[in-house]
Amino acid sequence: MEIIMSVVIGFLFMAAVYLILSKSLIRIIIGTGLLSHGAHLLLLTMGGLGGESPPVVAEGVSVSDYADPLPQALILTAIVISFAVTSFFLVVAYRAYQELGTDNMELMKGTEDHE
Amino acid sequence: MSLVFLIFLPILAALFIPLLFKKVGQIHTGWFVLLVPTVLFIYYSTLLPTIAEGGSRMSQLQWIPSLDIAFIAYIDGLSLLFSMLITGIGALVVLYSIFYLDKYREQLHNFYVYLLMFMTAMLGVVQSDHLISLYLFWELTSISSFLLIGYWYTRDRSRFGALKSMIITVFGGLMMLGGFVLLSIMGNTYSIRELIAQAPELVNHDFFVWALVLILLGAFTKSAQFPFYIWLPDAMEAPTPVSAYLHSATMVKAGLYLVARFTPIFAASGTWVWLVTGVGLFTMFWASFWALKQTDLKGILAFSTVSQLGLIMSLLGASAAGFHVENAADTYFKYAGFAAIFHLINHAVFKGSLFMVAGIIDHEAGTRDIRKLGGLMSLMPISFTIAMIGSFSMAGLPPFGGFLSKEMFLTAMLTMTEFDMFQFETWGILLPVIAWIGSVFTFIYSFYFVFRTFAGKHKPEELPKPAHEAPIGMLLSPAFLAILVLVIFIIPNIVGDWLVKPAVAAVQPFMYGSPQEVDVHVAYWHGFNTELFMTLGIFAVGFLMFWTLAKWQKSYDLYPDTLTLNRLYDHMMFLSDIGANRFSRLYMTGFIRSYLVYMFSFLIIIVLGTFVLNEAFAIDMNNLAPVGLYEIVIMIALLGSTLTILFSKSRLTAIIALGAVGYSVALFFVIFRAPDLALTQLVIETISVALFLLAFYHLPQISRKEERMRFRLGNAVIAIGVGVTMTLVALTAHAGKALPSISEFYKETVYTEAAGGNIVNVILVDYRGFDTLFEIAVLGIAGIGIITLIKLRLTKKEGQHENK
Repeated sequence: MEIIMSVVIGFLFMAAVYLILSKSLIRIIIGTGLLSHGAHLLLLTMGGLGGESPPVVAEGVSVSDYADPLPQALILTAIVISFAVTSFFLVVAYRAYQELGTDNMELMKGTEDHE
Repeated sequence: MSLVFLIFLPILAALFIPLLFKKVGQIHTGWFVLLVPTVLFIYYSTLLPTIAEGGSRMSQLQWIPSLDIAFIAYIDGLSLLFSMLITGIGALVVLYSIFYLDKYREQLHNFYVYLLMFMTAMLGVVQSDHLISLYLFWELTSISSFLLIGYWYTRDRSRFGALKSMIITVFGGLMMLGGFVLLSIMGNTYSIRELIAQAPELVNHDFFVWALVLILLGAFTKSAQFPFYIWLPDAMEAPTPVSAYLHSATMVKAGLYLVARFTPIFAASGTWVWLVTGVGLFTMFWASFWALKQTDLKGILAFSTVSQLGLIMSLLGASAAGFHVENAADTYFKYAGFAAIFHLINHAVFKGSLFMVAGIIDHEAGTRDIRKLGGLMSLMPISFTIAMIGSFSMAGLPPFGGFLSKEMFLTAMLTMTEFDMFQFETWGILLPVIAWIGSVFTFIYSFYFVFRTFAGKHKPEELPKPAHEAPIGMLLSPAFLAILVLVIFIIPNIVGDWLVKPAVAAVQPFMYGSPQEVDVHVAYWHGFNTELFMTLGIFAVGFLMFWTLAKWQKSYDLYPDTLTLNRLYDHMMFLSDIGANRFSRLYMTGFIRSYLVYMFSFLIIIVLGTFVLNEAFAIDMNNLAPVGLYEIVIMIALLGSTLTILFSKSRLTAIIALGAVGYSVALFFVIFRAPDLALTQLVIETISVALFLLAFYHLPQISRKEERMRFRLGNAVIAIGVGVTMTLVALTAHAGKALPSISEFYKETVYTEAAGGNIVNVILVDYRGFDTLFEIAVLGIAGIGIITLIKLRLTKKEGQHENK
């Protein structure tokens, strides 16, 4: 399973990078969203996908049977942060479009004498 | 009192200067500053008896013990002589500046802070026994010189001159540091004294010549030797007290100090003798020749300083020749070292007074342009007397100190023709010839300086203000120096015994064991020898040429401006400016995609490179979780929706597909036994999709018209590269576990330590509570940012291009 997941992660990253490199601001934001999904799955796969029961202490479950709680804790934090970043990006894109009338990154870079 | 502390005394005193300037405004700040060099000068004078007997003083302050770096103040004859020059001339210059700089109009606190900083730096240079601290102080002199030249920072020429001097001297300083590092590698010590003791072994080392050349570059840039002298004339934009102090009496002599200090190490090398003598002598001739083209009084003095520094430099080179001559202490070869130090003292004294007179003329007549000046003799009789004494000493006329050292200079240069090593037997004859020509020009510009200013016709209509004699306070310092010029002529052997011989013993330890062994007696009359006829020739030819100066001075204009070293410097600066700009334009496109391309490319290169170099790639086929039907279904959904995003033409499809990806990930979390993640992901994904829809309502359609095929192909290559890299990272990370996971600790202690059941939650709120706190802070900041951006209305629509 881990090997298949690794390929899936690579695919997510590829799609994310492709989108991020495009000129359209919307596609860039979607790309960052995909990138965080890829990162979350990467964290989960690193820890190993085994584990018989969720990491909640329960009667009659030995310690080795729990799924690894550490990647889960990291991912939980990462989900929340990526949500904050994505929504911030969205608002920046919205404002930029309002002010500049374009979402094309090439046109946003400004001119030579504009510092 | 600790000698190291005394080095830092001026800079410590500088801390109080701004306060004194602000609070005690009615008293000129200079009076307080004057105390510092005076006290130091008196203290250093008390060391004279010890040092004159051949003793030395030392004190040490640890700085970075782990790197074996310390401040070591070591005072021998050479260091003491320089220390006394620095503090003595320093005191006179501060006294002079009190009358030169107006206490109401000038930024005195800046001026004196820089000046005191310089004093510390300079004392540090001449007393440091440790190479690294010597380098530190050396660069500090460059920095304080930069600040002082740029003191009137509103003037373009000041800033230009300051930058020029800084670039050239710091370049030399860095070269010197390289030489120091090589020396310390060769000798395995940073101490100059220990290096001197090892000198015989160092000569055969591979780095020896490299270290020699690098250190000489430092000395030549600092002491304004050809071809680096071009910064010194531009440094004349500094206030005159600074020119008198830094750019004639002390800082520019740091290069001479360095050469003198390292003579015992490098004297064995023929390269050293040739370079120091040759560059010095050529500089002496070159600068004295060009001095006559100058029309600015300080410009003349600047070129004259360069020339005189070259003279002393050549003498130091000749004194290194004494290493190769048997029984040099008993032959004519003994004169070079003595003459070098003796002329160094003479030069500091007469050039200081000449600079001060130039400042007085500037102050009282309003101009330094020699074409507008003339006939000031009757208006400024005292200044004239001082200028005459200084100039005649510089020209080498009796009865002034300069006469004595100039005679010795000629003797030393004549002696070099007898030196029969390193091809001197063939080329050595050039030395006295160049020295003679240089001396003739020195004679002419000395007369040019004093008589064009003070004799001739007075032209009051050309002067910005009516000229009159300076106030007595301003005349004090130059008059004192002029008297010293006479005193040195009257008692040369006392000066020799107390100041010169101890220094000579330090420069030429291969000839003398102690100052008493320096058997040089200064005499006024040597009989009818070659030197006398050379001197008479200088006077005759010099006088004739000065008489006819007006006729041939115009021929200087024949030399094309485009071939000067200054033009070369300007071009180099211009080209490096343009070049640096072009280079950054090359990769700083202002287009964010370019930067992302750099980052992703480097990510691929570095990660894959590490994999290849360390053979780190690993794949673990054993500890795999089983593949189930659910997993396959979710995976296909995930891949399908990702592809949909990539190829969708409408924004709505893209958003919904992104939502589908998010939900698939949530389902993965369910399958892989992460209920908390699944819950959070579901909630967040729902809100995200809503937010996207809301925002996208205002945003334009996805358009891909302007994206050309090549652009997309490039993106695809990088994207696939990153994808492959991340797959390899994921596989390797799963396969290799360098350390046991900390997870086991959490699993075992979660109930006993934290009394919680849900391990993930306990980690977040208990074990890693602070992390979660900061996570909340990030959310809060993002929230504030979002609100601000929505509420913010750009009110200054019309003013947004104001910084154009």
